[in-house]
Amino acid sequence: MKKFINNIIKYYKYAVYSAKAELKSEVADSYLNWLWWIIEPFCFMLIYTFVFGVVFKNNTPYFASFVFIGLTVWDFFNRMLTGSVKLIINNRDLVTKVYVPKYVLLLSKSFTYLFKMGISLLITFALMIFQGVPFTWHILFIIPIFIVLYVISFGIGMILMHFGVTLNDLGNLTNIALRMVFYLSGVFYNINERLSGKLKYILLRANPVAFCMNELRKVMLQGVLPNFAVLGVWLIIGIGLCVLGVHLINSYENSYAKVI
Amino acid sequence: MKKNITVTVKNLHVTYKSLKKTSIRASWKQIGHKAELFHALKGVSFEIEEGNILGIIGKNGSGKSTMLRAIAGIFSPDKGTIDLHGNTISLLSIGVGFNKKLTGKENIYLSGMLLGFTEEEIKKKEKEIIAFADIGEFINKPVKTYSSGMYSKLAFAITAILETDIMLIDEVLSVGDVKFKEKSYNKMKELISDEHRTVIIVSHSLGTIRELCNEVLWLNDGKIKQIGPPEEVIPAYEEFMRNN
Repeated sequence: MKKFINNIIKYYKYAVYSAKAELKSEVADSYLNWLWWIIEPFCFMLIYTFVFGVVFKNNTPYFASFVFIGLTVWDFFNRMLTGSVKLIINNRDLVTKVYVPKYVLLLSKSFTYLFKMGISLLITFALMIFQGVPFTWHILFIIPIFIVLYVISFGIGMILMHFGVTLNDLGNLTNIALRMVFYLSGVFYNINERLSGKLKYILLRANPVAFCMNELRKVMLQGVLPNFAVLGVWLIIGIGLCVLGVHLINSYENSYAKVI
Repeated sequence: MKKNITVTVKNLHVTYKSLKKTSIRASWKQIGHKAELFHALKGVSFEIEEGNILGIIGKNGSGKSTMLRAIAGIFSPDKGTIDLHGNTISLLSIGVGFNKKLTGKENIYLSGMLLGFTEEEIKKKEKEIIAFADIGEFINKPVKTYSSGMYSKLAFAITAILETDIMLIDEVLSVGDVKFKEKSYNKMKELISDEHRTVIIVSHSLGTIRELCNEVLWLNDGKIKQIGPPEEVIPAYEEFMRNN
């Protein structure tokens, strides 16, 4: 673990620089350039609000904001996990030519996703103002919730990254698992309304994505305190996953170059 | 006068196996089966003194590149140790970590930081790199618009100007047009002849090895066949290759 922290400090600047470079290159050729980072989530928001606010009519208050918070969380989690499976293989040139701690690659990737999540969050705020959602000081609690979400995603990401090197079809498997998590997270519906009893209780606690979404909606839309006990438990699980991931990568990363 | 040792390789073993690309279905079948091992290096030990230039020769598949990459730290030995005595090291290879959509200038930083230099260090050398690469206006254009010659020129310039204590060179680089080739060859000679720099070169070109190196290591099937001054090793190697 000490090695992990030293490496993070050593390669932090590279991770930031390479994240910036990647973001830049994503839009380098397009006509509207960086505007796409805003246009894209904004258009998605319009589509989803129409589909789920008009077609599947619903009496959840501030439904557009509700959906958008869900999407913000989901996009980040989804990108982290799908991105990490093939990360080593996609960076073959780099991995076979120079030594770089492999979690630095994931760290750099995660910065680009964090950036996109930040934009998506800003749009959510704009939407909330537009819909007249009352802002309360509880909104500050989004910070610990996002930290927990990040730690969990990073931990799972590292583990997937490790197995993604040797298991070719892990990508297919993660896609199925992610699809399941997606529908069990209540991105487009309110778990509190649709489900009841034990199922609701379990789903909101055992699924970290559903949990984070629900807590974010609580602090942002309803002005209610988050569930600190469950948040704490997930933080500990997340740290546990990170420790496991770092351990796996530390012990196997030198063999990656031989395989790919 | 005894010189400092910069690289110590002791009983180096590298095997290819442990992780094998597989599908989940196939990995069920593999449980209980022993994976096939390929010994690329079987117990290689040697030392290099500061300022020495070691050439590694051997036929294809004898473990030359494997050894170079193990010394560079890209993968770790399965057995044995490699001690660099605290020196910085880089594998001189073309275009590490380039992002083709970004400009040449941005790629200098990207590649340099990956090689372990700080932003300030690169900033100091930036002008020198650009001058050496000599690709004019293109330095501010995306790398994907480069011709393959320009690409290698920039890549070579980055690794050649950002110097490390130990340099590893896999197959002597012949890049660009005649003029640049000469320039890069001279630059390499200049880099190599710095008496504090240790260099390891892998090449099939015996001419280059004879000209540049003062020590030659001959690898055969993952073992050291012979190590010594070029005048002794190269003729023996040539003789060996003719008979096989």
